[in-house]
Amino acid sequence: MDTKISIEVASKTFGDGDKSIIALQGVTLDIGSNEFVTFVGASGCGKSTLLRCIGGLDSLTSGSIKVDGTPIGGPGVDRAMVFQHYSLYPWLSVIDNIKFSRLLRVGRENLTSADVETASGRADALLDLMGLTHVRDAYPNQLSGGMQQRVAIARALLPRPQILLMDEPFGALDAQTREVMHDLILHVSKLEKTTIVFVTHDVEEAIYLGQRVVVMAPRPGRVDSVYDVDLPEKRDQDMKLDSGFLRQKKVILTRIRETAGMRTDYELLERMTQQAEK
Amino acid sequence: MLSRQKIFSEWGRLWVIRGQLSRHTYLLFAMVGMLVPLVAWWGLSVSGWMDKVFMPGPMDVLARVYTWSMNDNLSHDIWISTYRVLAGFCLSAVLAIPIGLMIGTYRPVQAMLEPLTDFIRYMPAVAFIPLVMLWVGIDESSKIAIIFIGTFFQMVLMVAEDVRRVPITQIEAAQTMGANRSEIVSLVIVQSAKPALLDTLRVTMGWAWTYLVVAELVAANSGLGYSILRAQRFMQTDKIFAGIILIGLIGLSIDQMFRWLHRKNFPWMYKK
Repeated sequence: MDTKISIEVASKTFGDGDKSIIALQGVTLDIGSNEFVTFVGASGCGKSTLLRCIGGLDSLTSGSIKVDGTPIGGPGVDRAMVFQHYSLYPWLSVIDNIKFSRLLRVGRENLTSADVETASGRADALLDLMGLTHVRDAYPNQLSGGMQQRVAIARALLPRPQILLMDEPFGALDAQTREVMHDLILHVSKLEKTTIVFVTHDVEEAIYLGQRVVVMAPRPGRVDSVYDVDLPEKRDQDMKLDSGFLRQKKVILTRIRETAGMRTDYELLERMTQQAEK
Repeated sequence: MLSRQKIFSEWGRLWVIRGQLSRHTYLLFAMVGMLVPLVAWWGLSVSGWMDKVFMPGPMDVLARVYTWSMNDNLSHDIWISTYRVLAGFCLSAVLAIPIGLMIGTYRPVQAMLEPLTDFIRYMPAVAFIPLVMLWVGIDESSKIAIIFIGTFFQMVLMVAEDVRRVPITQIEAAQTMGANRSEIVSLVIVQSAKPALLDTLRVTMGWAWTYLVVAELVAANSGLGYSILRAQRFMQTDKIFAGIILIGLIGLSIDQMFRWLHRKNFPWMYKK
Protein backbone atom coordinates (compact mmCIF):
# COMPACT_ATOMS: atom_id res chain seq x y z
CA MET A 1 0.00 0.00 0.00
CA ASP A 2 1.36 3.43 -0.96
CA THR A 3 1.70 6.00 1.76
CA LYS A 4 -0.69 8.90 1.24
CA ILE A 5 -0.20 10.94 4.38
CA SER A 6 2.92 10.75 6.46
CA ILE A 7 2.99 12.44 9.83
CA GLU A 8 6.49 12.85 11.22
CA VAL A 9 7.09 13.74 14.89
CA ALA A 10 4.27 16.24 14.74
CA SER A 11 3.96 18.49 17.79
CA LYS A 12 1.57 21.32 18.52
CA THR A 13 1.57 23.66 21.51
CA PHE A 14 -1.19 26.15 22.23
CA GLY A 15 -0.28 29.36 24.07
CA ASP A 16 3.09 30.04 25.61
CA GLY A 17 4.81 30.22 28.98
CA ASP A 18 3.09 28.71 32.03
CA LYS A 19 -0.26 28.55 30.34
CA SER A 20 0.89 26.59 27.31
CA ILE A 21 -0.82 23.30 26.55
CA ILE A 22 0.83 20.53 24.59
CA ALA A 23 -1.94 19.38 22.26
CA LEU A 24 0.23 17.01 20.27
CA GLN A 25 3.62 15.52 21.10
CA GLY A 26 5.75 13.61 18.65
CA VAL A 27 2.98 12.02 16.61
CA THR A 28 4.40 9.78 13.91
CA LEU A 29 2.09 7.81 11.67
CA ASP A 30 1.68 6.78 8.04
CA ILE A 31 -1.72 6.57 6.41
CA GLY A 32 -2.04 4.54 3.23
CA SER A 33 -3.70 5.39 -0.04
CA ASN A 34 -7.44 4.61 0.03
CA GLU A 35 -7.13 3.59 3.68
CA PHE A 36 -9.91 4.26 6.18
CA VAL A 37 -8.28 5.21 9.49
CA THR A 38 -10.25 6.13 12.58
CA PHE A 39 -8.97 8.06 15.59
CA VAL A 40 -10.39 7.63 19.10
CA GLY A 41 -9.28 8.82 22.50
CA ALA A 42 -10.35 10.56 25.67
CA SER A 43 -11.12 14.25 25.42
CA GLY A 44 -8.03 16.42 25.20
CA CYS A 45 -6.02 13.74 23.40
CA GLY A 46 -5.51 16.00 20.39
CA LYS A 47 -7.34 13.88 17.81
CA SER A 48 -9.29 16.84 16.44
CA THR A 49 -6.20 19.04 16.53
CA LEU A 50 -4.28 16.44 14.51
CA LEU A 51 -7.12 16.31 11.96
CA ARG A 52 -7.18 20.10 11.70
CA CYS A 53 -3.41 20.10 11.18
CA ILE A 54 -3.74 17.58 8.34
CA GLY A 55 -6.48 19.80 6.89
CA GLY A 56 -4.17 22.81 7.16
CA LEU A 57 -6.55 24.75 9.43
CA ASP A 58 -4.02 24.63 12.28
CA SER A 59 -0.26 24.55 11.89
CA LEU A 60 2.23 22.38 13.74
CA THR A 61 4.72 23.81 16.20
CA SER A 62 7.29 21.28 15.00
CA GLY A 63 7.47 18.18 12.82
CA SER A 64 5.79 17.79 9.47
CA ILE A 65 2.80 16.39 7.65
CA LYS A 66 3.34 15.32 4.06
CA VAL A 67 0.82 14.35 1.43
CA ASP A 68 2.38 12.27 -1.37
CA GLY A 69 5.76 13.33 -0.01
CA THR A 70 5.05 17.06 -0.23
CA PRO A 71 4.80 19.01 3.06
CA ILE A 72 1.43 20.73 3.38
CA GLY A 73 1.20 24.48 3.86
CA GLY A 74 -2.36 25.44 4.69
CA PRO A 75 -5.63 24.07 3.41
CA GLY A 76 -5.81 22.58 -0.08
CA VAL A 77 -8.38 21.13 -2.46
CA ASP A 78 -6.72 17.71 -2.22
CA ARG A 79 -7.93 17.47 1.40
CA ALA A 80 -11.64 17.98 1.96
CA MET A 81 -13.11 18.27 5.42
CA VAL A 82 -16.47 17.43 6.96
CA PHE A 83 -17.27 19.10 10.28
CA GLN A 84 -19.62 18.04 13.05
CA HIS A 85 -22.20 20.71 12.23
CA TYR A 86 -23.02 24.30 11.22
CA SER A 87 -20.76 24.16 8.19
CA LEU A 88 -23.41 24.30 5.46
CA TYR A 89 -24.41 27.62 3.95
CA PRO A 90 -28.04 28.18 5.00
CA TRP A 91 -28.66 30.76 2.25
CA LEU A 92 -27.85 28.26 -0.51
CA SER A 93 -30.05 25.39 -1.65
CA VAL A 94 -28.77 21.82 -1.32
CA ILE A 95 -27.51 21.72 -4.90
CA ASP A 96 -25.83 25.13 -4.61
CA ASN A 97 -24.15 24.07 -1.38
CA ILE A 98 -22.78 21.01 -3.14
CA LYS A 99 -21.56 23.12 -6.07
CA PHE A 100 -20.03 25.78 -3.80
CA SER A 101 -16.41 24.90 -4.61
CA ARG A 102 -17.15 25.60 -8.27
CA LEU A 103 -17.68 29.28 -7.37
CA LEU A 104 -14.07 29.46 -6.25
CA ARG A 105 -11.10 30.42 -8.38
CA VAL A 106 -9.25 27.17 -7.67
CA GLY A 107 -12.33 25.31 -8.84
CA ARG A 108 -12.64 27.36 -12.02
CA GLU A 109 -8.99 27.51 -13.03
CA ASN A 110 -8.52 23.80 -13.38
CA LEU A 111 -11.64 23.37 -15.43
CA THR A 112 -12.11 23.34 -19.17
CA SER A 113 -15.68 23.70 -20.40
CA ALA A 114 -15.91 19.95 -20.86
CA ASP A 115 -14.92 19.50 -17.24
CA VAL A 116 -17.62 21.94 -16.19
CA GLU A 117 -20.15 19.75 -17.98
CA THR A 118 -18.96 16.67 -16.16
CA ALA A 119 -18.86 18.60 -12.90
CA SER A 120 -22.55 19.37 -13.28
CA GLY A 121 -23.08 15.71 -13.94
CA ARG A 122 -20.99 14.99 -10.88
CA ALA A 123 -23.14 17.19 -8.63
CA ASP A 124 -26.18 15.22 -9.77
CA ALA A 125 -24.35 11.93 -9.36
CA LEU A 126 -23.44 12.91 -5.78
CA LEU A 127 -27.04 13.93 -5.07
CA ASP A 128 -28.04 10.50 -6.23
CA LEU A 129 -25.29 8.70 -4.31
CA MET A 130 -26.22 10.50 -1.10
CA GLY A 131 -29.95 10.01 -1.55
CA LEU A 132 -30.58 13.75 -1.81
CA THR A 133 -32.30 13.99 -5.18
CA HIS A 134 -35.72 14.73 -3.68
CA VAL A 135 -34.37 17.64 -1.59
CA ARG A 136 -32.22 19.12 -4.38
CA ASP A 137 -33.73 22.62 -4.08
CA ALA A 138 -34.47 22.64 -0.36
CA TYR A 139 -32.56 24.84 2.09
CA PRO A 140 -30.36 23.21 4.75
CA ASN A 141 -32.54 24.30 7.67
CA GLN A 142 -35.44 22.39 6.14
CA LEU A 143 -33.45 19.15 6.46
CA SER A 144 -32.83 16.78 9.37
CA GLY A 145 -29.34 16.57 10.89
CA GLY A 146 -28.59 13.36 8.99
CA MET A 147 -29.62 14.85 5.66
CA GLN A 148 -27.54 17.96 6.37
CA GLN A 149 -24.46 15.80 6.91
CA ARG A 150 -25.14 14.02 3.62
CA VAL A 151 -25.06 17.42 1.92
CA ALA A 152 -21.82 18.30 3.72
CA ILE A 153 -20.21 15.06 2.55
CA ALA A 154 -21.41 15.54 -1.03
CA ARG A 155 -20.07 19.09 -1.02
CA ALA A 156 -16.70 17.89 0.23
CA LEU A 157 -16.54 15.16 -2.43
CA LEU A 158 -17.44 17.35 -5.42
CA PRO A 159 -13.88 18.37 -6.45
CA ARG A 160 -12.75 14.72 -6.12
CA PRO A 161 -10.43 15.20 -3.12
CA GLN A 162 -7.89 12.45 -2.55
CA ILE A 163 -8.31 12.74 1.20
CA LEU A 164 -11.50 13.19 3.22
CA LEU A 165 -11.04 14.42 6.79
CA MET A 166 -14.03 13.89 9.06
CA ASP A 167 -14.30 15.47 12.51
CA GLU A 168 -16.97 13.61 14.49
CA PRO A 169 -19.32 14.04 11.54
CA PHE A 170 -22.07 11.85 13.00
CA GLY A 171 -21.63 12.93 16.63
CA ALA A 172 -24.88 14.90 16.67
CA LEU A 173 -27.02 12.26 14.94
CA ASP A 174 -29.36 9.71 16.50
CA ALA A 175 -28.32 6.03 16.60
CA GLN A 176 -30.44 4.85 13.65
CA THR A 177 -29.38 7.67 11.35
CA ARG A 178 -25.77 6.98 12.30
CA GLU A 179 -25.99 3.36 11.17
CA VAL A 180 -27.31 4.44 7.79
CA MET A 181 -24.54 7.03 7.50
CA HIS A 182 -21.90 4.44 8.42
CA ASP A 183 -22.83 2.18 5.54
CA LEU A 184 -23.11 5.18 3.25
CA ILE A 185 -19.62 6.45 4.03
CA LEU A 186 -18.13 2.96 3.64
CA HIS A 187 -19.79 2.78 0.24
CA VAL A 188 -18.41 6.21 -0.65
CA SER A 189 -14.88 5.27 0.39
CA LYS A 190 -14.95 2.24 -1.88
CA LEU A 191 -16.56 4.04 -4.80
CA GLU A 192 -14.52 7.24 -4.68
CA LYS A 193 -11.23 5.60 -3.67
CA THR A 194 -10.77 8.35 -1.12
CA THR A 195 -8.38 8.11 1.79
CA ILE A 196 -10.51 8.78 4.87
CA VAL A 197 -9.27 10.04 8.23
CA PHE A 198 -12.15 9.87 10.67
CA VAL A 199 -12.16 11.25 14.22
CA THR A 200 -14.79 10.04 16.68
CA HIS A 201 -15.39 9.46 20.38
CA ASP A 202 -17.44 6.35 19.65
CA VAL A 203 -15.30 3.18 19.74
CA GLU A 204 -17.94 1.03 18.05
CA GLU A 205 -18.09 3.49 15.17
CA ALA A 206 -14.29 3.56 14.99
CA ILE A 207 -14.03 -0.23 14.67
CA TYR A 208 -16.96 -0.61 12.31
CA LEU A 209 -15.62 1.97 9.86
CA GLY A 210 -11.86 1.72 10.19
CA GLN A 211 -9.28 -0.59 8.71
CA ARG A 212 -7.09 0.66 11.52
CA VAL A 213 -8.08 2.29 14.80
CA VAL A 214 -5.61 4.76 16.28
CA VAL A 215 -5.98 5.31 20.03
CA MET A 216 -4.68 8.64 21.24
CA ALA A 217 -3.89 9.59 24.85
CA PRO A 218 -4.20 12.98 26.54
CA ARG A 219 -1.82 15.23 28.49
CA PRO A 220 0.21 15.52 26.31
CA GLY A 221 -1.78 14.47 23.22
CA ARG A 222 -0.02 11.54 21.55
CA VAL A 223 -0.59 8.29 19.71
CA ASP A 224 -0.97 5.56 22.30
CA SER A 225 -1.59 2.46 20.21
CA VAL A 226 -2.78 1.33 16.79
CA TYR A 227 -5.13 -1.61 16.22
CA ASP A 228 -5.71 -3.45 12.96
CA VAL A 229 -9.40 -4.17 12.73
CA ASP A 230 -9.98 -7.87 12.15
CA LEU A 231 -13.21 -7.64 10.22
CA PRO A 232 -13.78 -8.58 6.58
CA GLU A 233 -13.49 -5.74 4.13
CA LYS A 234 -17.23 -5.78 3.45
CA ARG A 235 -18.88 -4.70 6.70
CA ASP A 236 -22.46 -5.20 7.82
CA GLN A 237 -24.33 -4.10 10.93
CA ASP A 238 -24.61 -7.64 12.38
CA MET A 239 -20.84 -7.76 12.81
CA LYS A 240 -21.20 -5.33 15.70
CA LEU A 241 -22.49 -8.26 17.78
CA ASP A 242 -19.80 -10.76 16.79
CA SER A 243 -17.56 -11.93 19.61
CA GLY A 244 -14.44 -10.78 17.76
CA PHE A 245 -15.87 -7.28 17.36
CA LEU A 246 -16.94 -7.08 20.99
CA ARG A 247 -13.56 -8.35 22.18
CA GLN A 248 -11.74 -5.66 20.21
CA LYS A 249 -14.20 -3.04 21.44
CA LYS A 250 -13.46 -4.07 25.03
CA VAL A 251 -9.70 -3.96 24.50
CA ILE A 252 -9.85 -0.47 22.99
CA LEU A 253 -12.33 0.89 25.54
CA THR A 254 -10.15 -0.40 28.38
CA ARG A 255 -7.08 1.16 26.81
CA ILE A 256 -8.83 4.54 26.44
CA ARG A 257 -9.98 4.38 30.05
CA GLU A 258 -6.42 3.66 31.19
CA THR A 259 -4.97 6.52 29.18
CA ALA A 260 -7.64 8.94 30.36
CA GLY A 261 -6.52 8.58 33.99
CA MET A 262 -10.08 7.84 35.05
CA ARG A 263 -8.91 5.49 37.79
CA THR A 264 -8.51 8.33 40.24
CA ASP A 265 -12.22 9.02 39.79
CA TYR A 266 -13.04 5.41 40.60
CA GLU A 267 -10.88 5.60 43.71
CA LEU A 268 -12.62 8.81 44.74
CA LEU A 269 -16.04 7.22 44.27
CA GLU A 270 -14.96 4.22 46.33
CA ARG A 271 -13.69 6.42 49.15
CA MET A 272 -16.94 8.39 49.15
CA THR A 273 -18.98 5.19 49.30
CA GLN A 274 -16.90 3.95 52.23
CA GLN A 275 -17.35 7.24 54.06
CA ALA A 276 -21.08 7.17 53.44
CA GLU A 277 -21.27 3.66 54.87
CA LYS A 278 -19.54 4.66 58.11
CA MET B 1 -71.62 27.61 23.52
CA LEU B 2 -68.06 27.41 24.74
CA SER B 3 -67.73 25.89 28.15
CA ARG B 4 -65.94 27.76 30.85
CA GLN B 5 -63.25 25.13 30.88
CA LYS B 6 -62.66 25.43 27.15
CA ILE B 7 -62.22 29.18 27.39
CA PHE B 8 -59.72 28.74 30.22
CA SER B 9 -57.68 26.22 28.26
CA GLU B 10 -57.71 28.40 25.13
CA TRP B 11 -56.59 31.37 27.21
CA GLY B 12 -53.89 29.30 28.89
CA ARG B 13 -52.50 28.22 25.57
CA LEU B 14 -51.72 31.84 24.65
CA TRP B 15 -49.31 32.08 27.56
CA VAL B 16 -47.09 29.14 26.73
CA ILE B 17 -43.48 30.33 26.98
CA ARG B 18 -42.35 31.24 23.44
CA GLY B 19 -45.64 29.83 22.21
CA GLN B 20 -47.34 30.32 18.87
CA LEU B 21 -50.11 32.78 17.97
CA SER B 22 -52.32 32.60 14.92
CA ARG B 23 -52.03 35.65 12.68
CA HIS B 24 -55.59 36.54 13.60
CA THR B 25 -54.94 36.49 17.35
CA TYR B 26 -51.67 38.35 16.85
CA LEU B 27 -53.44 41.20 15.05
CA LEU B 28 -56.08 41.27 17.76
CA PHE B 29 -53.45 41.76 20.48
CA ALA B 30 -51.61 44.33 18.36
CA MET B 31 -54.84 46.29 17.99
CA VAL B 32 -55.42 46.17 21.74
CA GLY B 33 -51.87 47.42 22.29
CA MET B 34 -52.44 50.37 19.97
CA LEU B 35 -56.02 51.17 20.97
CA VAL B 36 -55.64 51.15 24.76
CA PRO B 37 -53.21 54.10 24.89
CA LEU B 38 -55.27 55.93 22.24
CA VAL B 39 -58.51 55.52 24.21
CA ALA B 40 -56.75 56.44 27.45
CA TRP B 41 -55.39 59.57 25.81
CA TRP B 42 -58.80 60.48 24.44
CA GLY B 43 -60.43 59.81 27.83
CA LEU B 44 -57.90 61.97 29.59
CA SER B 45 -58.43 64.86 27.20
CA VAL B 46 -62.26 64.84 27.36
CA SER B 47 -62.31 64.34 31.15
CA GLY B 48 -61.14 67.93 31.58
CA TRP B 49 -58.60 66.99 34.25
CA MET B 50 -55.83 68.49 32.21
CA ASP B 51 -55.70 71.82 30.47
CA LYS B 52 -55.86 71.55 26.70
CA VAL B 53 -52.66 73.53 26.51
CA PHE B 54 -50.84 70.67 28.24
CA MET B 55 -52.80 67.75 26.87
CA PRO B 56 -54.54 68.25 23.53
CA GLY B 57 -56.94 65.48 22.54
CA PRO B 58 -56.62 63.18 19.52
CA MET B 59 -59.17 65.32 17.63
CA ASP B 60 -57.18 68.51 18.26
CA VAL B 61 -54.09 66.81 16.94
CA LEU B 62 -55.90 65.56 13.83
CA ALA B 63 -57.26 69.04 13.24
CA ARG B 64 -53.73 70.41 13.57
CA VAL B 65 -52.40 67.89 11.05
CA TYR B 66 -55.12 69.13 8.68
CA THR B 67 -54.31 72.85 9.05
CA TRP B 68 -50.59 72.06 8.98
CA SER B 69 -50.96 70.35 5.63
CA MET B 70 -53.29 73.07 4.30
CA ASN B 71 -51.52 76.22 5.48
CA ASP B 72 -48.05 75.32 6.68
CA ASN B 73 -46.67 73.02 3.99
CA LEU B 74 -46.61 69.78 6.00
CA SER B 75 -45.57 67.73 2.98
CA HIS B 76 -42.42 69.85 2.60
CA ASP B 77 -41.58 69.35 6.29
CA ILE B 78 -42.04 65.60 5.93
CA TRP B 79 -39.99 65.50 2.74
CA ILE B 80 -37.09 67.58 4.01
CA SER B 81 -36.88 65.66 7.30
CA THR B 82 -37.05 62.29 5.55
CA TYR B 83 -34.36 63.48 3.18
CA ARG B 84 -32.07 64.55 6.04
CA VAL B 85 -32.56 61.30 7.91
CA LEU B 86 -32.07 59.13 4.84
CA ALA B 87 -29.00 61.08 3.68
CA GLY B 88 -27.34 60.87 7.12
CA PHE B 89 -28.33 57.24 7.46
CA CYS B 90 -27.13 56.20 3.99
CA LEU B 91 -23.85 58.03 4.41
CA SER B 92 -23.21 56.25 7.67
CA ALA B 93 -24.28 52.85 6.23
CA VAL B 94 -22.00 53.25 3.20
CA LEU B 95 -19.04 53.84 5.50
CA ALA B 96 -20.01 51.67 8.49
CA ILE B 97 -20.63 48.45 6.56
CA PRO B 98 -17.16 48.13 4.98
CA ILE B 99 -15.40 49.38 8.13
CA GLY B 100 -17.43 47.08 10.39
CA LEU B 101 -16.73 44.21 8.00
CA MET B 102 -12.99 44.85 8.28
CA ILE B 103 -13.16 45.16 12.09
CA GLY B 104 -15.08 41.90 12.37
CA THR B 105 -12.77 40.06 9.98
CA TYR B 106 -9.23 41.24 10.67
CA ARG B 107 -7.83 41.47 14.20
CA PRO B 108 -5.38 44.33 13.54
CA VAL B 109 -8.21 46.48 12.17
CA GLN B 110 -10.29 45.58 15.21
CA ALA B 111 -7.46 46.53 17.57
CA MET B 112 -6.91 49.79 15.72
CA LEU B 113 -10.51 50.97 15.32
CA GLU B 114 -12.78 49.31 17.86
CA PRO B 115 -11.56 50.97 21.07
CA LEU B 116 -11.55 54.31 19.24
CA THR B 117 -15.11 53.83 18.01
CA ASP B 118 -16.22 52.68 21.46
CA PHE B 119 -14.78 55.87 22.88
CA ILE B 120 -16.39 58.19 20.36
CA ARG B 121 -19.84 56.63 20.52
CA TYR B 122 -20.22 57.75 24.12
CA MET B 123 -19.78 61.35 23.10
CA PRO B 124 -23.16 63.10 22.86
CA ALA B 125 -24.05 63.98 19.27
CA VAL B 126 -25.71 67.19 20.50
CA ALA B 127 -22.40 68.43 21.83
CA PHE B 128 -20.98 68.29 18.34
CA ILE B 129 -23.43 70.91 17.06
CA PRO B 130 -21.13 73.92 17.57
CA LEU B 131 -18.25 72.09 15.91
CA VAL B 132 -20.41 70.92 13.03
CA MET B 133 -21.59 74.50 12.47
CA LEU B 134 -18.00 75.67 12.41
CA TRP B 135 -16.74 72.93 10.14
CA VAL B 136 -19.66 72.15 7.87
CA GLY B 137 -21.61 75.38 7.97
CA ILE B 138 -25.33 75.82 8.49
CA ASP B 139 -26.80 74.40 5.29
CA GLU B 140 -28.32 70.95 4.73
CA SER B 141 -25.00 69.16 5.19
CA SER B 142 -24.82 70.22 8.84
CA LYS B 143 -28.14 68.47 9.63
CA ILE B 144 -26.99 65.41 7.75
CA ALA B 145 -23.70 65.51 9.63
CA ILE B 146 -25.44 65.47 13.02
CA ILE B 147 -27.53 62.44 12.05
CA PHE B 148 -24.38 60.81 10.73
CA ILE B 149 -22.52 61.40 14.00
CA GLY B 150 -25.46 60.00 15.95
CA THR B 151 -25.70 56.75 14.00
CA PHE B 152 -22.35 55.97 12.41
CA PHE B 153 -20.33 54.88 15.44
CA GLN B 154 -23.06 52.65 16.83
CA MET B 155 -23.57 51.18 13.40
CA VAL B 156 -19.89 50.31 12.93
CA LEU B 157 -19.84 48.35 16.18
CA MET B 158 -23.07 46.52 15.40
CA VAL B 159 -21.88 45.60 11.89
CA ALA B 160 -18.61 44.31 13.35
CA GLU B 161 -20.58 42.18 15.81
CA ASP B 162 -22.81 40.79 13.02
CA VAL B 163 -19.71 39.82 11.07
CA ARG B 164 -18.10 38.19 14.09
CA ARG B 165 -21.21 36.05 14.61
CA VAL B 166 -20.63 34.22 11.31
CA PRO B 167 -19.94 30.63 12.44
CA ILE B 168 -16.24 29.78 12.15
CA THR B 169 -17.07 26.38 10.63
CA GLN B 170 -18.70 28.10 7.65
CA ILE B 171 -15.41 29.95 7.10
CA GLU B 172 -13.23 26.89 7.67
CA ALA B 173 -15.36 24.81 5.31
CA ALA B 174 -14.64 27.36 2.58
CA GLN B 175 -10.93 27.30 3.43
CA THR B 176 -10.79 23.53 3.06
CA MET B 177 -12.49 23.88 -0.33
CA GLY B 178 -9.63 26.15 -1.38
CA ALA B 179 -11.27 29.56 -1.06
CA ASN B 180 -8.85 32.48 -0.90
CA ARG B 181 -9.26 35.43 1.46
CA SER B 182 -11.37 37.64 -0.75
CA GLU B 183 -13.59 34.71 -1.70
CA ILE B 184 -14.16 33.92 1.97
CA VAL B 185 -15.13 37.53 2.66
CA SER B 186 -17.43 37.93 -0.35
CA LEU B 187 -18.89 34.44 -0.70
CA VAL B 188 -19.14 33.40 2.95
CA ILE B 189 -18.84 36.19 5.52
CA VAL B 190 -20.91 38.80 3.70
CA GLN B 191 -23.55 36.32 2.57
CA SER B 192 -23.82 34.76 6.00
CA ALA B 193 -24.03 38.11 7.81
CA LYS B 194 -26.51 39.73 5.38
CA PRO B 195 -29.72 39.02 7.31
CA ALA B 196 -28.18 40.31 10.54
CA LEU B 197 -26.84 43.36 8.67
CA LEU B 198 -30.29 44.23 7.38
CA ASP B 199 -31.61 44.00 10.94
CA THR B 200 -28.82 46.28 12.11
CA LEU B 201 -29.79 48.79 9.43
CA ARG B 202 -33.42 48.59 10.57
CA VAL B 203 -32.50 49.26 14.20
CA THR B 204 -30.09 52.08 13.41
CA MET B 205 -32.63 53.70 11.10
CA GLY B 206 -34.75 54.17 14.23
CA TRP B 207 -31.84 55.90 15.93
CA ALA B 208 -31.30 58.15 12.92
CA TRP B 209 -34.89 59.41 13.32
CA THR B 210 -34.35 60.12 17.02
CA TYR B 211 -31.51 62.47 16.06
CA LEU B 212 -33.75 64.44 13.71
CA VAL B 213 -34.94 66.96 16.30
CA VAL B 214 -31.36 67.49 17.43
CA ALA B 215 -30.20 67.95 13.84
CA GLU B 216 -32.92 70.49 13.16
CA LEU B 217 -31.73 72.59 16.10
CA VAL B 218 -29.02 73.74 13.70
CA ALA B 219 -30.26 76.79 11.82
CA ALA B 220 -33.16 74.98 10.22
CA ASN B 221 -36.29 76.68 8.92
CA SER B 222 -38.27 73.60 7.93
CA GLY B 223 -38.73 69.99 8.88
CA LEU B 224 -40.71 68.00 11.42
CA GLY B 225 -38.12 68.40 14.16
CA TYR B 226 -37.87 72.12 13.52
CA SER B 227 -41.68 72.43 13.60
CA ILE B 228 -41.81 70.66 16.94
CA LEU B 229 -39.20 73.03 18.36
CA ARG B 230 -40.98 76.08 17.01
CA ALA B 231 -44.37 74.88 18.26
CA GLN B 232 -42.88 74.82 21.74
CA ARG B 233 -42.18 78.54 21.52
CA PHE B 234 -45.82 79.24 20.66
CA MET B 235 -47.23 76.72 23.14
CA GLN B 236 -48.81 74.77 20.28
CA THR B 237 -48.86 71.43 22.11
CA ASP B 238 -51.19 69.94 19.52
CA LYS B 239 -48.54 70.58 16.88
CA ILE B 240 -45.86 69.02 19.09
CA PHE B 241 -48.06 65.95 19.42
CA ALA B 242 -48.73 65.91 15.70
CA GLY B 243 -45.03 66.16 14.86
CA ILE B 244 -44.05 63.40 17.29
CA ILE B 245 -46.78 61.08 16.04
CA LEU B 246 -45.90 61.74 12.40
CA ILE B 247 -42.27 60.87 13.05
CA GLY B 248 -43.45 57.71 14.78
CA LEU B 249 -45.65 56.75 11.83
CA ILE B 250 -42.93 57.36 9.25
CA GLY B 251 -40.53 55.34 11.37
CA LEU B 252 -43.04 52.53 11.68
CA SER B 253 -43.59 52.32 7.94
CA ILE B 254 -39.84 52.31 7.22
CA ASP B 255 -39.45 49.60 9.82
CA GLN B 256 -42.16 47.52 8.12
CA MET B 257 -40.42 48.06 4.80
CA PHE B 258 -37.18 46.68 6.23
CA ARG B 259 -39.05 43.65 7.58
CA TRP B 260 -40.60 43.11 4.17
CA LEU B 261 -37.16 43.34 2.52
CA HIS B 262 -35.90 40.77 5.02
CA ARG B 263 -38.62 38.28 4.14
CA LYS B 264 -38.17 38.98 0.45
CA ASN B 265 -34.38 38.61 0.38
CA PHE B 266 -33.88 35.79 2.85
CA PRO B 267 -36.67 33.32 2.10
CA TRP B 268 -34.54 30.49 3.49
CA MET B 269 -34.91 31.96 7.00
CA TYR B 270 -38.68 31.74 6.83
CA LYS B 271 -39.01 28.22 5.41
CA LYS B 272 -39.18 25.46 7.94
